[in-house]
Amino acid sequence: MTPDLLEQGARRIQERQAALDANKSNTESGGRSASGSRIATPGEVDVTHGRILYLEDVSVSFDGFKAINKLSLDIAPGELRCIIGPNGAGKTTMMDIITGKTRPDEGTVFFGSTIDLLRYKEAEIAQLGIGRKFQKPTVFEHLTVFENLELALKTNKGVKASLFFRLDSLQSDRLADILVTIHLADSVNRMAGNLSHGQKQWLEIGMLLMQDPKLLLLDEPVAGMTDEETARTAELFLTLKGKHSLMVVEHDMSFIRTISEIVTVLCDGSVLAQGTLDEVQANEKVIEVYLGR
Amino acid sequence: MSHPTTTVVLPTKGPLLTRTGWSVFMMALIAVCAVAPVLNLWVPDSSMFHMSTYAVALLGKIMCYAIAALAMDLIWGYTGILSLGHGLFFALGGYVMGMYLMRQIGRDGNYKSDLPDFMVFLDWKTLPWHWTFSDSFAATLLLIVLVPGVVAFVFGFFAFRSRIKGVYFSIITQAMTFAAMLLFFRNETGFGGNNGFTDFKRILNIPLATPSMRMTLFVMTGLTLLGFFLFAKWLVGSKFGRVLQAIRDAETRVMFSGYNPLGYKLAIWVISAVMCGVAGALYVPQVGIINPGEMSPANSIEIAIWAAVGGRASLIGPIVGAFIVNGAKSWLTVAYPEYWLYFLGLLFIGVTLFLPAGVVGLVKKLRGGDK
Repeated sequence: MTPDLLEQGARRIQERQAALDANKSNTESGGRSASGSRIATPGEVDVTHGRILYLEDVSVSFDGFKAINKLSLDIAPGELRCIIGPNGAGKTTMMDIITGKTRPDEGTVFFGSTIDLLRYKEAEIAQLGIGRKFQKPTVFEHLTVFENLELALKTNKGVKASLFFRLDSLQSDRLADILVTIHLADSVNRMAGNLSHGQKQWLEIGMLLMQDPKLLLLDEPVAGMTDEETARTAELFLTLKGKHSLMVVEHDMSFIRTISEIVTVLCDGSVLAQGTLDEVQANEKVIEVYLGR
Repeated sequence: MSHPTTTVVLPTKGPLLTRTGWSVFMMALIAVCAVAPVLNLWVPDSSMFHMSTYAVALLGKIMCYAIAALAMDLIWGYTGILSLGHGLFFALGGYVMGMYLMRQIGRDGNYKSDLPDFMVFLDWKTLPWHWTFSDSFAATLLLIVLVPGVVAFVFGFFAFRSRIKGVYFSIITQAMTFAAMLLFFRNETGFGGNNGFTDFKRILNIPLATPSMRMTLFVMTGLTLLGFFLFAKWLVGSKFGRVLQAIRDAETRVMFSGYNPLGYKLAIWVISAVMCGVAGALYVPQVGIINPGEMSPANSIEIAIWAAVGGRASLIGPIVGAFIVNGAKSWLTVAYPEYWLYFLGLLFIGVTLFLPAGVVGLVKKLRGGDK
């Protein structure tokens, strides 16, 4: 072989590797690591197939009304997915199903490849690593900001463990870190009930972070926030992306534009369109649903 | 995460009681263990400082009620679960103690039989099975804890697992105590029917109706109340206590934070029931009678009223409430017996409307304290 052929070959391998690396963030097949012979650890999220959440053909109806209709959706690890859709599209119901609050009539919901979420209760799902922020900020009003965060901390949550629980220094550091992140360091000892609406939203996000979840479901996280708070939230979510998977339901389009990669449009309980924000905004069906043409 | 380095001062865990708290606690301890016995037993009747037997009996009784109110506060004030059936647990503890006291009568009853009088009257020849351990004081002490505890556990497990909440839970507890009352009214269940147990003579073979025995029971009750107070203080100061308050304020958030509320609710429910049972067991030898009337729905509601009047979600509140309401009761039922129930109803409505935080809340407000 001539030296230039060798060089060409080396270049080709490099290019191929670069192309593979570039593609990695989109999706991966899992390759060899996803073979049947790998060890599946019970209770641990298995994302070798490149998906942390799968919903397939999920349907649920309330008194004959199909809130969710053959919904199929999946999210990659580290992805920040935005969900939009008109009122009553089933966004909150979908989160209820994922977190165990509502049981679907049919369909499958998997966390990673191995964990069938339909077999767990709310508290167990939270411990598996799915955190949820509610539409209306839900914090413990009669406890201080500190106590709120302490309760959310990822630790043994049994009765006996709670009776004798003491924050160790590592946990204190984490708590202090998150206090700074959510800009509530000056309000450690304030009652959560006395916080402003935006601060409550932040506190709830902070509580989610204390849980250290692999997947965060955020239902209208910036509702009622000032522009400055919204901008900070966007910044925070962008830092979380990659380390955690996020599913954000929002109506605020400028917020979505700041943070989104892929946007999923829900309508009448199933996926109407999916793509970048520009793509879905140009989509005829989406325009029809939103403008009622 | 990149952020400006700020030093965050995290709060440290406070002491069980503040310094003032400990001084008040010690004063109460001295009052119960030293002042009361001296004033009652050693200061002569003629002196104005003498504590009458009536006062000892009344205060002893009210301290039992205060324990029940404290137990109610843990489940209602801190966990947000209103029980209208705590009278049952109080009565169960009382009945266990009552059975022991009946056996202590021995052959000194009206019929001079080994069996308690009411059994002779019913022409029973042997003790029913559930009286097996009633002659052992140690077993009685154990059963005072176990009987209310097990009943509460079984009831609570099914109620909380089915996620019965709010007013539905209150109604079911009310029905529970009413059903138990009907059961205990029946002669064949072996609890003395509508007369219950009375005419007690001895405890641990020591005569009951002596001043020193009365005083002993009084001191025991006071110590139990103070002990339970510290225990409750420790409970609500732990993370366990904060989870309870979190359940009260936002139960779904608790679940989505990874806690299963069932265990927490069940634990505090059983603890509360056992405290009530102990209160009942201390109550019976002091008042000398236990009958199914203690399980009447009205009694359970009264416990809730004591807690509400004193102030929920503050441990001192229900104790204060029990003293205020029962003090008023013992005076009013003598002065204007026909008006007592009207007064009680008005008090409840008034407190609910104007003093949601009870008397303790009012005092805090007047002193300008926030929180």
